[in-house]
Amino acid sequence: MTKVTMTVNGKTVSGEVKGNTLLTEFLREDLRLTGTHVGCDTSQCGACVVHVNGEAVKSCTMFAAEADGAEVKTIEGMANADGSLSVIQQAFQDYHGLQCGFCTPGMVMSAAALLKDNPKPTEAEVRDYLEGNICRCTGYHNIVRAIMAASGQDVPAVAAE
Amino acid sequence: MYSFDIQRPTSVADAVSALGAEEAQALGGGQTLIPTLKQRLASPSVLVSLGAIAEIKGVCTGDDGALCIGGGTTHATVAKEASAYPALAALAGNIGDPAVRNRGTIGGSLANNDPSACYPAAALASGATIVTNSRSIAADDYFQGMFATALEEGEIITEVRFPVPEKAAYMKFEQPASRFALVGVFVAKYADGVRVAVTGASEDGVFRWTDAEAALSSNFSADAVPAAPSGDGMISDLHGSGAYRAHLVAVMTKRAVAAAS
Ligand SMILES: Cc1cc2nc3c(=O)[nH]c(=O)nc-3n(C[C@H](O)[C@H](O)[C@H](O)COP(=O)(O)OP(=O)(O)OC[C@H]3O[C@@H](n4cnc5c(N)ncnc54)[C@H](O)[C@@H]3O)c2cc1C
Ligand code: FES
Ligand code: FES
Repeated sequence: MTKVTMTVNGKTVSGEVKGNTLLTEFLREDLRLTGTHVGCDTSQCGACVVHVNGEAVKSCTMFAAEADGAEVKTIEGMANADGSLSVIQQAFQDYHGLQCGFCTPGMVMSAAALLKDNPKPTEAEVRDYLEGNICRCTGYHNIVRAIMAASGQDVPAVAAE
Repeated sequence: MYSFDIQRPTSVADAVSALGAEEAQALGGGQTLIPTLKQRLASPSVLVSLGAIAEIKGVCTGDDGALCIGGGTTHATVAKEASAYPALAALAGNIGDPAVRNRGTIGGSLANNDPSACYPAAALASGATIVTNSRSIAADDYFQGMFATALEEGEIITEVRFPVPEKAAYMKFEQPASRFALVGVFVAKYADGVRVAVTGASEDGVFRWTDAEAALSSNFSADAVPAAPSGDGMISDLHGSGAYRAHLVAVMTKRAVAAAS
């Protein structure tokens, strides 16, 4: 076992992890932050996306020991300080960007990473950025619309309408 | 996963000595190795993470004008910082998806030498030099078939040096489920000739299409690309037959020549 210390959603946390403990396991099982989902556990679906030092990563494909000393942000850290939904989260609700909600934590974290680097993405850029996030319910259109809305741009009409 | 320890050395020297332990293995971005460990296809006793070694990260231009990329540099960083070699930056920016690119490294990709990976095509077409903790290896000697390379046990890729071509492009026919190349072709035009490297197609892994190199060296135009190579020895699987892949080799080469800038 090795001791790891990291900042998760602004709080310093420590724990004992094994070499093969994944970051998802540390977040979900040790810290009980179960908002980060595990859809595939094979690096394909993006349900487990969190930010490590500001970058979107698949937490099922990174060891907890590698996040020692890092700044980690999960979906639990996305709401505003007063508990109200962040702009991106609110847009997902307003534009019906989720159905079962399983992919949503990863979608929101990916969207936040995109908008940090590219505050006014085109629709094509949004779709391209979400390549690693799979949703089995929505058909993606409303997720794309939510992200366009969250970026303060006109929301495109979509093929389904 | 079987159990193992993780070490995070901060210098190449410490990593090399840690890799001297029995059953030790290097961990780059983990985007290939972690899935492999989950399937229990590897059972290292200790993983030596290269992620904390600052000296093997980053992009710079060498004295000879070559673009030098540290072995631990992520695909995302190459996409952002390799502007001196736009075709290479574009290749890196189209590997997998953003989260994969934020972790996966050039050293890990070249060490793994997946027959459908993108970087091997760039390294071979550019006549790159793969620099390790102990020597420099020419790309022509480095790739030795599917998942096989010239690397010795415990050897670490510390840098990859790419001579910058006059013109180049990489064209990837994407296999949408895996996001790897079904067939990818990297064409690079240098003052002394054209090099064409193909990934995704051959059962022997990445290879140089020498017929196309000869034709394009005398006439660098899409019309000069020869007829598709034979489908013998090409990968045949549920995504496409050998003949289909062979056909794609010529199509993607033409597109790469047309797009080269
Ligand atoms: C969803 C998904 C999509 C992908 N799509 C693509 C794609 O389109 N094109 C593509 O080319 N790749 C793709 N990949 C693979 C990706 O590029 C990996 O990052 C890469 O193949 C391995 O790099 P890594 O740094 O993650 O290495 P790791 O997974 O950590 O290691 C891979 C192997 O290399 C060894 N190794 C690692 N670093 C070094 C080093 N510096 N020196 C010596 N040995 C080392 C390890 O011991 C291991 O054997 C994809 C991966 C995923 C999960
Ligand atoms: S659970 Fe990590 S990518 Fe699917
Ligand atoms: S809302 Fe159900 S998987 Fe996306």
